[in-house]
Amino acid sequence: MSAQWFVVLSAFIFSIGAAGVLTRRSPLVILLCLELMLNAGNLALISFSRMLGNSDGQLFALMVMVVAACEVVIGLGIIVGMFRRRLPIDVDEMSELRG
Amino acid sequence: MLFEQILFFVAGTGAIAGALGVALLRNPFYSVLALVSHLIALAVLFLLLRADFLAAAQVVVYAGAVMVLYVFVVAYVGGSDEPLRPESGGLLTTLGPLFALALFVEISIAVLGSSLGALDTSGPEVGATFGSPGEIGRLLLTKFLLPFEAASFLLLLAAVAAVLLARKRRGLEPDGSGAAGPGPGGVLRGAAGGRTGTPT
Amino acid sequence: MKTTDFGWLVLAFPLVGMAISALGWRALPGRLPGWIGSAAILGSFVASLGMLQSLSNEPEESKQLVGTAFTYIDTAGFAADLSILVDPLSVVMCLVVSGVSFLIHLYSVAYMTSDEGFARFFAYLNFFVFSMLLLVLAANFVLLIVGWAFVGAASYLLISFWYRRATATSAGIKAFVINVIGDVGLVIGAFLLFDATGSLDYFGVFEAAPEVFGRNDPQLVAACLMILVGAFAKSAQLPLHTWLPDAMEGPTPVSALIHAATMVTAGVYLIARCFPLFELAPAAADVSAIIGTATLIFAASIAMAATDLKRVIAYSTMSQIGYMILGVSVAAYGAGLFHLVTHAFFKALLFMGAGSVIGAMSGIQSLDRMGGFRKAMPFTFVTFTAGALALAAFPLTSGFFSKDEILAYAFNRGGFYVVLALVGYVAALMTAFYTFRLVFRVFFGPPVPEARELERGHMTHGAHANPATGEEEDTGVGFPGAEHHIAEREWAMKAAMGPLAVLALIAGVLGIPGLTDTLEHFLEPTFESSRFHEEVPSEGAEYAGLAAGGAFALIGIAAAYYFILRDPTLRLKTRERFAGLHRVLINKWYVDEAYDLAIVRPAAAAGRFGRTVVESTFVQGVLVGGTVGIVRAGTALARSMQNGELRAYAALLLVGLACLVLYFLIVAT
Repeated sequence: MSAQWFVVLSAFIFSIGAAGVLTRRSPLVILLCLELMLNAGNLALISFSRMLGNSDGQLFALMVMVVAACEVVIGLGIIVGMFRRRLPIDVDEMSELRG
Repeated sequence: MLFEQILFFVAGTGAIAGALGVALLRNPFYSVLALVSHLIALAVLFLLLRADFLAAAQVVVYAGAVMVLYVFVVAYVGGSDEPLRPESGGLLTTLGPLFALALFVEISIAVLGSSLGALDTSGPEVGATFGSPGEIGRLLLTKFLLPFEAASFLLLLAAVAAVLLARKRRGLEPDGSGAAGPGPGGVLRGAAGGRTGTPT
Repeated sequence: MKTTDFGWLVLAFPLVGMAISALGWRALPGRLPGWIGSAAILGSFVASLGMLQSLSNEPEESKQLVGTAFTYIDTAGFAADLSILVDPLSVVMCLVVSGVSFLIHLYSVAYMTSDEGFARFFAYLNFFVFSMLLLVLAANFVLLIVGWAFVGAASYLLISFWYRRATATSAGIKAFVINVIGDVGLVIGAFLLFDATGSLDYFGVFEAAPEVFGRNDPQLVAACLMILVGAFAKSAQLPLHTWLPDAMEGPTPVSALIHAATMVTAGVYLIARCFPLFELAPAAADVSAIIGTATLIFAASIAMAATDLKRVIAYSTMSQIGYMILGVSVAAYGAGLFHLVTHAFFKALLFMGAGSVIGAMSGIQSLDRMGGFRKAMPFTFVTFTAGALALAAFPLTSGFFSKDEILAYAFNRGGFYVVLALVGYVAALMTAFYTFRLVFRVFFGPPVPEARELERGHMTHGAHANPATGEEEDTGVGFPGAEHHIAEREWAMKAAMGPLAVLALIAGVLGIPGLTDTLEHFLEPTFESSRFHEEVPSEGAEYAGLAAGGAFALIGIAAAYYFILRDPTLRLKTRERFAGLHRVLINKWYVDEAYDLAIVRPAAAAGRFGRTVVESTFVQGVLVGGTVGIVRAGTALARSMQNGELRAYAALLLVGLACLVLYFLIVAT
């Protein structure tokens, strides 16, 4: 199995995640699609690591997982906060933070 | 070899199916479940790539803890079907998938093109320790000590942030009364679970 | 004292007089500014006499002396000094200008009393005299142009002296605009000469000209034509003449000084000074002669029909200057300048007399309202008639000798100049006619009410009004004063008019052909290098010319007598019979209307077009508005990107990512 397969698969998953981020309106689902993209990146990292025979890629993937977890924590905390304040859970509605 | 290929295709299909489910399913709860299945399929792929520890970590930490967190939040917030607006979001809803497709094509060209020629190999023979927990651990404490420490710092930040976000601020909530949330439990599990108390 | 020092003195006196009047007028009581101004010009005249004396004592060869004050510019390829030229021509001009100016200053002291702008008037007059003297004393084109421009400015200031009168200010502007056209021509001409000869000095140019230019060289002809443009604008020749009749809006002393005796003769002086160039470019000299002749008959025709006293005299000025220009264009320099001198005398006198009559009429200038002043104003009558006789070239007056000498020279040149000379004789007949038309209408015939009042010793005081439009005025600053003055009551006016009357009658002695020829001999050092120096008409031809001229003058006077005094109704009957011609003459051959159609209206239309289309639509709308619009659109675009929509931000991020990947892809291949 050459690494090409895995990388192409990773690209596919990444683009599915990107489509989801652009399309969905619930911030929860957007976060989930974000997870997809992160995982796709992980897959790519690990396949490159296998290709090169170097474990550095795997460690990087581990770091990505850590970061993803932290990000999920904060993101969900915000969503819960929004819910507690009775704000609509919809990114199109939440547009007051203008430039 | 053949077994690997079959396993690849099965896992790959599972991953794609899960991804599509996340992006397309209307009910957020179902999306979460689709993501879980996607993660497990990804773990299988990791195993194929001789990343044992990471596969395990993926299942245990990611699918196990982070997804559970998601489930809790979806249950709390209420994953109602997204109401369909008359405009249904406008331009981006139609252009988004197209753009993602373009992105995919672009990356594929990059990958399959002649510039990344080395991809077309199986990679060198690797020892048995490649991807094992011991190997990972050794690297964490020697070569990647700094990232390791930084990651732990980041986790601390996340925990503090979670506590702050979960705090009830006086006068800001429609139902008033400021009871501070309980302190954090385990780092990953309790980060947002610290406020499992019922809202007042 | 060196001769040229006298020259500097001549310039210094009027300048000092102007400075005192202009800066210290508050401190000078009553008529003191007038006396100071007159004294300054008297000083200038005395210095001119000194200059004359000193020049006569110079040896024969060095009759043309240049005195330099300092070097004005000295750069690579161009040098100009502040230098004056003292030679017979400039001495003659200085004497005439300062002498006649002095008498006019005396006259003005009386005439302008009770005018609120008394001191300003004398400051302007002194400035004018200074500029004119600078013009005639200049030794290079630079100083000439400076004097030229100053004289134009002084003319403007003095024409619109009664500046609250709308007619006066527009007349001043008209004069100035036409003068500027002349200035431009003169500057271009000087530049063309500099371009070819590398010098702006008179002597530098005149000496280099025969080597640099061939006969009728195009550049030389062009330069001479441009100089002619300047001369014609200043001397009110066709087609740049329209300002002179309107310039009669100025006070009468101004008309006497500037528009009769001095400024308008500057063109003649210029052509005479540049005679080597004109002789080298006969084409330009011929153009000048033709235009001079055309003007003299054109102006004479209008003068026969005009009804404003001062305007008739103005047209006669135009006509006489045409004679002078004809004279200097056919190389009759001595004759032309002689006529300049005599014309200064009798024309200034005529204007002074006119001023006196207008004073008696309390400001009214129309001939139709005048008549029979002979008994009421004897002094004015006598002096005016003396001037009229000289103008009409009555035998043995000064005008007789000067004008007919020009025509004799023209005859002598032969060729088509004979035609010009014949036209000159016809115009001489007309001149005699219209001059005595004036005399008979103003002083003879039944006395008008104002004359009868004056006979009883009481001067009429009419309402203060603009004589041309009849608008009511007051007597404050910017309008004429409350009192009117006539010669019979003012000793200063008599003191000015008397000597001029005498000179008008006897100044002919300066140029009796064959007997004296004083002026001609005096001017010889300047003009001896002329090609035509030897081509003088024989004495017989000159006497014949004089006889013919005298005959024409007598015929003209007789015709005027017959038309006006003998049979008063004949005038009106003739006017009815030749109604069309009369209308053309009254309307000055419609030249003003032609200019209005051809130049003024298109210019005004262009201005309007510029204001509306170019300025409003294009500059304001397209350029300014367009720039503003572009900036607005740009900012609106930038603003629209900050709309708070999360998905839009995400889309931007991903687009950026895609572009980055694309870049690396391209770079890697």
